[in-house]
This record gives sequence, structure tokens and C-alpha cells, in this order.
Amino acid sequence: MYAFEIERPTTVAQAVEALKNEVAQELGGGQTLIPTLKQRLAAPEVLVSLSGIAEMQGISVSEGTILIGGGVTHDDVAIGAMAYPTLAALAGGIGDPAVRNRGTLGGSLANNDPSACYPAAALASGATITTNAREIQADDYFQGMFETALDDGEIVVAVSFPIPEGASYQKFVQPASRFALVGVFVAKYADGVRVAVTGAAEEGVFRWREAEAALSADFSAAALEGLSHPAEGMIGDMHGSAEYRAHLIKVLASRAVVDMA
Amino acid sequence: MAKVSMSVNGKPAEAEVEGRLLLSHFLRDNLGLTGTHIGCDTSQCGTCVVHVDGKVVKSCTMFAAEAEGKEVTTIEGMANPDGSLSKIQAAFQTHHGLQCGFCTPGMVMSTVALLKQNPDPSETEIRDYLEGNICRCTGYHNIVKAIQSAAAS
Ligand SMILES: Cc1cc2nc3c(=O)[nH]c(=O)nc-3n(C[C@H](O)[C@H](O)[C@H](O)COP(=O)(O)OP(=O)(O)OC[C@H]3O[C@@H](n4cnc5c(N)ncnc54)[C@H](O)[C@@H]3O)c2cc1C
Ligand code: FES
Ligand code: FES
Repeated sequence: MYAFEIERPTTVAQAVEALKNEVAQELGGGQTLIPTLKQRLAAPEVLVSLSGIAEMQGISVSEGTILIGGGVTHDDVAIGAMAYPTLAALAGGIGDPAVRNRGTLGGSLANNDPSACYPAAALASGATITTNAREIQADDYFQGMFETALDDGEIVVAVSFPIPEGASYQKFVQPASRFALVGVFVAKYADGVRVAVTGAAEEGVFRWREAEAALSADFSAAALEGLSHPAEGMIGDMHGSAEYRAHLIKVLASRAVVDMA
Repeated sequence: MAKVSMSVNGKPAEAEVEGRLLLSHFLRDNLGLTGTHIGCDTSQCGTCVVHVDGKVVKSCTMFAAEAEGKEVTTIEGMANPDGSLSKIQAAFQTHHGLQCGFCTPGMVMSTVALLKQNPDPSETEIRDYLEGNICRCTGYHNIVKAIQSAAAS
């Protein structure tokens, strides 16, 4: 690792100030960033630790939405997000217990790994990502592999998820990394169904709109039968070809619908 | 450099540390607590698992500076006050839950956390919880047996 200093602000305002320094970077739970630093793939001179910021903690529910602080760990979501059980279960399925005790919602969404779980939940739920500067709709937030709408030094302070009538997340685990080889999140709202897919596409998480239309008209596994997702643009690697991933999308979407019945 | 002070196995520990110093290195090199092992250094194997404020973390994936004000417990803090093996450690010994022993400190630390949260886990729950602890000797069957016996006693 290259050398750097760690700052430990206790408010978002202090963190924003510290991040005005061009060579500074946010440190969430470190579960992605520390391995990256070890490989010398990043060289910040200052890390601004967000874990001591009380404003970024806590989970609250009001008017059909659940609001979760950007600094809340996966384990705390797994225990504390009872109002949105599918989201709690998704958090409880990330990595292993030690990773879940450190990794955070904000860190996962800021990183936008193409195989990460939370991006699928945020996109399928039509979540709103609140930063220190603005609110960003999930549809505008995810901009490709490891790319988001966040500006340099912008902090994910909280995320609000509208709670659906029903939801299911089907994760086909890649056993070596414990990330999703493919994951499909289906969420059913009064005004329609949203389907988000992670782990499959080179551009990262995306909505499968054909399936959304079919399921909004007829919410049954049969409604998906005639559909198939094309393999173009899908990730192909030693763990699975692009065709295999494309095939899994439909299989997992059907499983999600059956799971919700 | 940052000043950091924490409690390790109930004793105060203080130091001036570089930002990049990992908790695993702080424990081993600064404090001489070499029971915490470093197997992979890439967050995969769990030999470096310790408790921070009672929760399992991979000490190779946390900076020492981030343990400021926290209670850290390592394998050295696991024995009974008279120095004899704790229930869980004794169960690993009785059931041959170790071969080379390299993964054992992390396995024990994870087991302590599991049984605190779930005193009567099923075999599936045990295997699930230990997902992040890898045994290069692949001694998993006896590790699971040791944990089942510790849970039952
Ligand atoms: C063994 C292992 C298994 C894993 N399995 C899974 C899995 O199954 N599914 C899954 O989704 N993930 C998985 N992960 C990743 C894990 O969820 C990470 O915790 C997460 O992706 C990063 O969150 P973090 O809080 O640790 O962020 P960090 O690693 O600290 O930071 C990641 C990036 O986000 C930035 N950042 C951090 N917090 C914020 C914030 N609040 N606002 C703005 N920017 C911020 C950092 O500057 C950095 O660029 C796994 C990780 C490991 C080590
Ligand atoms: S040394 Fe920390 S997980 Fe392997
Ligand atoms: S006993 Fe050898 S690594 Fe587990």
C-alpha cells in the first residue's frame, strides 16, 4: 500500500470539507477499498473515514418507505430492515459475517460493482440516493460498470427504498467470490413491476424492461415463458459464458415470481 | 501518523500508527499477539478474524486507526482466566477440529460469535456462518463436530 493519512470526521459537513482536498477519498467499510489499496490500484493521500458519522447511521420507516443511512453495515440492514424483508435478506446474503459487519450500503452503491447485490435492490425498488449535495433517482444513478452519477467527494448519506407489495431477490452465487454470478431482483408495486439484474451485463446493473411489461400485465411465471434475454453485452468469463448468464436471467426471474406467489 | 488507543483483550493499547497500518499487523507486530494469523491478506480466508466491539471482522481488512476507542478481542483473550482452554477451544481439541492449526484462531473467533448469536445452530447454519473461514487442510467435518459439541455442552 502507498502511504496515506486517515481522517475521522464526526459529521457529514466535516467529511465534505476534508474531501475538498483533491487527493482525498471516502473510506466506508473498506471491504472493497482496502483490497484495492493493497494492490496499489488506488493512491489516495488522505482517506476520510465515514464510520464515525452518526448522521449516516440508523434505519427508519415512514409512509411506505424505508430510509437507511449510507454508513449502515450489511449486518445491521439484515437485522434492522424488517419492514422490507427481501432487502434484509439480500443484505444477510452478502459475502460472509465478517464482511457484513464492516461493509456498508453507501460503499456498495458508490462502488457499483457489476456483480454487487445492493444495486439490484436499489434499481428494482426505484430507490432515491441522498448525497450531501442532492437526491438522485436510482434510474439516473447507475451509469455503467463501477460508474455512478456521484461527483468526486460526493457522499452517499442515505438511501430510501419505497417498500413494495412483494419482492424477491434470487442470487445465483459465484462460490469463490460469494458475489452474484447473476442476481435478479423483482419488486411489485401498485403501479407496476420492476425487474433489475446484476452480475450479468458488462455495463453493470440494468432493468429488464420486457419482463417488467410482461409481469405488469400478468404477474405469473407463465408470462415470462415467451421471453429470452439476448446474450449481447453480457459478461462472459471462466465462471460462465454470456449465453449462460443470459439464460440465468430468465430462470432467476421466473424463480423470483414463483417465490412471491 | 495518527494516535490510536483501544482495548485489546481487556488491556489498554496505545500507539502512533501510519494510516495504512492494518489491524492484523498492529496486533502481531506492535503488540506481539501472533495468534491472529495472516493467511491470504485478501479478505478471503478468515484466519485473521478478531472481534471488534463483539463482532467478527477480518483484521487484514480494517485499519488500526479505525479501531480507535474500540474493544478488540483476539484468540489470546479466549482462554479461561486460569489459563485453561475455554469450552470452544477444548471442543476443537477433543474433536480434532484442527490439523495444522493455521485456521484455528479464526475458526474459534467465528465460533464464539456464532454461538453468542445462535446458541443452538444446525449443521447448515454452522457451515453458512463459517463461509468466510477457509481451512487449507480441509478439516471441515471435525470443525463442525467440535462446534456442535461446544453448542451442546
Ligand atoms: C469476501 C467478500 C465477499 C463479498 N461479497 C459480496 C456480495 O456477495 N455482494 C455484494 O454486493 N458485495 C460483496 N462484497 C463487497 C462488500 O459488500 C463491500 O462492503 C462493498 O462493496 C463496499 O462497501 P464498503 O462500505 O466496504 O466500502 P469501501 O470499500 O470502503 O469503499 C468502496 C468505494 O466506495 C467509496 N465510498 C465508500 N463509502 C462511501 C459513501 N458513503 N459515499 C460515497 N462513496 C463512498 C470509496 O471511496 C470506494 O471508492 C464482498 C466483499 C468481500 C471482501
Ligand atoms: S488474512 Fe485476512 S482474510 Fe485471509
Ligand atoms: S487445520 Fe490446517 S488450515 Fe485448518
